[in-house]
Amino acid sequence: MWEQAAGGAGRDMFEVFGIPSQALFGQLLLGLINGSFYALLSLGLAVIFGMLDIINFTHGAQYMMGAFAAYLLLHHIGIGYWQALVIAPILIGLTGVLIERLFLKHLRNLDPLYGLLLTFGLGLVIEGLFRNYYGSSGLPYQVPEALQGGRNLGFMFLPNYRAWVIVLSLAVCFATWFAIERTRLGSYLRAATENPVLVRAFGINVPRMVTLTYGFGVGLAALAGVMAAPIYNVSPQMGSDLIIVVFAVVVIGGMGSIMGAILTGFALGIIEGLTKVFYPEASNTVIFVIMAIVLLIRPSGLFGRSA
Amino acid sequence: MTPTGRLAFAVAALMCSVAAAQAQEDDVVKIGVLTDMSSLYSDIGGPGSVAAAKLAVEDFNPAAHGMKVEVISGDHQNKPDIGANLARQWYDVDHVDVIVDVPTSSVALAISEITREKNKVFLGSGPASSDLTGPKCSPNTIQWTYDTWMLANGTGKAVVKTGGDTWFFLTADYAFGQALERDTTKVVLANGGKVLGSVRHPLQTSDFSSFLLQAQASKAKIIGLANAGGDTVNAIKQGAEFGVTSGGQHFAGLLVFINDIEALSLKTAQGLVLTETWYWDMTDANRAFTKRWQASRPGKFPSMVPAGVYSSVIHYLKAVAALKSDTDGRAVVAKMKEMPTDDALFGKGSIRADGRKLHDAYLFEVKAPDESKYQGDDYKLRATIPAAEAFRPLKDGGCPLIGG
Amino acid sequence: MERVIEPPVLARQRETSWSLTAAFVVMVAIFAIGPFVVYPVFLMKALCFALFACAFNLLIGYVGLISFGHAMFFGWASYVTAYAAKSWGWPPELAIIVGTAAAAVLGVVAGSLAIRRQGIYFAMITLALAQMLYFFALQAKFTGGEDGIQGVPRGHLFGVFDLSNEMTMYLFILVVFLAGFLLIYRIINSPFGEVLKAIRENEQRAISLGYKTERYKLVAFVLSATLAGLAGSLNSLVFQLASLTDVHWSMSGDVVLMTLLGGLGTVFGPVVGAFLVIAMENYLAPFGQWVLVIQGAIFVVCVLLFRRGIVGELAQVLRVQL
Repeated sequence: MWEQAAGGAGRDMFEVFGIPSQALFGQLLLGLINGSFYALLSLGLAVIFGMLDIINFTHGAQYMMGAFAAYLLLHHIGIGYWQALVIAPILIGLTGVLIERLFLKHLRNLDPLYGLLLTFGLGLVIEGLFRNYYGSSGLPYQVPEALQGGRNLGFMFLPNYRAWVIVLSLAVCFATWFAIERTRLGSYLRAATENPVLVRAFGINVPRMVTLTYGFGVGLAALAGVMAAPIYNVSPQMGSDLIIVVFAVVVIGGMGSIMGAILTGFALGIIEGLTKVFYPEASNTVIFVIMAIVLLIRPSGLFGRSA
Repeated sequence: MTPTGRLAFAVAALMCSVAAAQAQEDDVVKIGVLTDMSSLYSDIGGPGSVAAAKLAVEDFNPAAHGMKVEVISGDHQNKPDIGANLARQWYDVDHVDVIVDVPTSSVALAISEITREKNKVFLGSGPASSDLTGPKCSPNTIQWTYDTWMLANGTGKAVVKTGGDTWFFLTADYAFGQALERDTTKVVLANGGKVLGSVRHPLQTSDFSSFLLQAQASKAKIIGLANAGGDTVNAIKQGAEFGVTSGGQHFAGLLVFINDIEALSLKTAQGLVLTETWYWDMTDANRAFTKRWQASRPGKFPSMVPAGVYSSVIHYLKAVAALKSDTDGRAVVAKMKEMPTDDALFGKGSIRADGRKLHDAYLFEVKAPDESKYQGDDYKLRATIPAAEAFRPLKDGGCPLIGG
Repeated sequence: MERVIEPPVLARQRETSWSLTAAFVVMVAIFAIGPFVVYPVFLMKALCFALFACAFNLLIGYVGLISFGHAMFFGWASYVTAYAAKSWGWPPELAIIVGTAAAAVLGVVAGSLAIRRQGIYFAMITLALAQMLYFFALQAKFTGGEDGIQGVPRGHLFGVFDLSNEMTMYLFILVVFLAGFLLIYRIINSPFGEVLKAIRENEQRAISLGYKTERYKLVAFVLSATLAGLAGSLNSLVFQLASLTDVHWSMSGDVVLMTLLGGLGTVFGPVVGAFLVIAMENYLAPFGQWVLVIQGAIFVVCVLLFRRGIVGELAQVLRVQL
């Protein structure tokens, strides 16, 4: 009944701290994959804080809504993964626009901590509502046909879907960074953040840019949600499990910096991956140790602008 | 201190002399369903347990026995302090006579102590820890549906005996997960198997890829999942992705409920081996109960936990009817142990001196998608473990109520 | 940019205004009658959390620093007291003292690390430290993991008063709470407190006047941590239980909610906020699924409409100091 497991290729291997090199390379690659996911998830948060000075604690719930949107699109309308990748972020991004218009607009001139408290409350409400309606066990969602299976790399088996995650994350991260740092639209946005009055005087509709930027950040969160649906359990609490880690990533990277969040996301994925090998129980906590150390040495994060 | 303060102090000092004892007798039997309504286990217990309790009261027909029965519910949010607070209030103020369900071992241990202190009754059909009938056993507590010893022995022994003799554990890093790993390891070794390794992951981990890689590298035939809820679901879902099962290894779910299988879908969960003491599709009576239960929980299926709530509530009410009183918790529990149990869901059974309810356990395997004919048709029966073997022998528990 | 805390209308008065005294009398009267009307254990829990919120308010209301990690002081004091009372068999007064002392030590360590930064960065450092301490609590054997330390004996206070009697315990908790409350009030209205307010208003100016602001902030932080620890110690004796919930970051979130709801920077705000939140958790328990949704909604409504909190708005409307 239980056949002998077929293992990985039996190459010559050397050991690093007692772990065979094969296993280590496998863990590093996994760490990189997770890192790309963290980078994508923290990208939205970094855009919103960097551009708008809003600390968006609803991010976890919006990520969750992205995953749920993918599930609902499939089960009620029959729209599959590939279209959901585009539709879900737009839908959830629209809810973000609503949130900004209804709530966040009023907090524009206040200390960002108020925005944090409000978005935290919104996150609780959204998660609670979803849980009341859908229960906590989670909903099934499969990896799309085209990406199923994987290839044996010799030191580990790499699922095709995970390779896709890296590719898409890198693409989206780079595109976002480019759009904000290198295009004219991005420069309007950065200018509007620093000096809204002056930019308005040039005839640019600043409030609308703010709203759309928030919606964009939220859309990024939802995109990460759609990408997570096939591999992580689609449940109402999936966001709150991750939000605090994502937050730490953004803080370490520097709260104004897009590139900081991306690089930190990747770095953190790798460090966490290594921790999972040598001291797995601490893999959730290592990021906080790093955050404390970084904040003590460089108060604005690794790449941030000064507070 | 200001004059105001001194006055306040004096007034308050008078309060010392006020007596506190408030033993109440009333003619309503009040059942409190203390469960998890809002987090991890809300699908396993939660509103489903409340529905089951109400069905039990309906089927018992209090009017025919000249009794009045009321069911209330509360959310302990998996936190021992909230559960303890609610239990105290229910017992002291709301005249609750019996608490049922409590699907979290840490909360259940706290409730058991408070119940003993207040001489009420606790029927735990939710918690897993076998300490409740072991070192922490109590004359006011009955553990109803399952426990960690049964799970370890049911799944562990059956799997080893059918050839799954090398194991690797994925363990949730908290007391419950570690206990489950420890108990199953004992069983595996005792039956001639070997444990090739284990890894402890933090509770509520999303990504198991790294741990699964380690499990694959170990080449163990069986990957034992000493965790529950979302962790189990994530581990299995990602296991399918990483080709764990297609590579020839099998998962053994040490604590899995039908709700987790529904969350995974048969495609991902097929072949998983698990132990439960009740399955909705096994008998006509079970199916009938499930249909009624689904009126309030459409689209969901009851796990063994709400079934246990139903069974325990019916037996409790029978005992109260026989005694014609619900005030003395110890007496009611003694009566429940004296009377053999018989209900539509678990059939005939009994309750042991240490508070352990006895019934058969079943080893199930999750069906493949093409073997399943309708929603919820998830399990096929692999083996039945008779009650006498399914639970830890009385003498091995270390329960102070039993001589040793 | 509006500051997180707005000083109430008549905050410049030195001597205690009549409104504060009146409010204090009302509060004590309510607590004196309370246990005869409402379940005493609920009141004791509310009092512990009121003290916790007052301690938190000291930091944010008067120094302007928001901490996301206050649960570490509350929770660790709770564990130490529980362990001392249960495993070492210490009498309650000693167990509480050692628990509070543990919180003070933690406060010194955490404070010296966190004080160097401000605003959101200060908050994130406190959060990071609290998470590390949570992990430590999870791993340490003596804390009992997720079962916590259960069955903590209440013992006999000073060898004389039997604390397992609910009324006696209530009286004890009330006395300690009032002492803590008055202590905080004295701190705020002392020369030391004036310097803290000066630092909150304009730290640069305070430095240029010669005040070593870092030291003042650290002292305030340690005081806040110690009193939060005292609240935790009391809590573990009331419930005879110390668990992971007490060190989890949601506990830090709870105290922020209580203080925000009641009114940051007001004297009575944290007390009112604590009572409301605890009452809500208690009396809404039958609606279990909705408690978290409602809490979230309260956050939203408070930030949008009642930024001064209930007591703060009341003070504004009545034009008094509360």
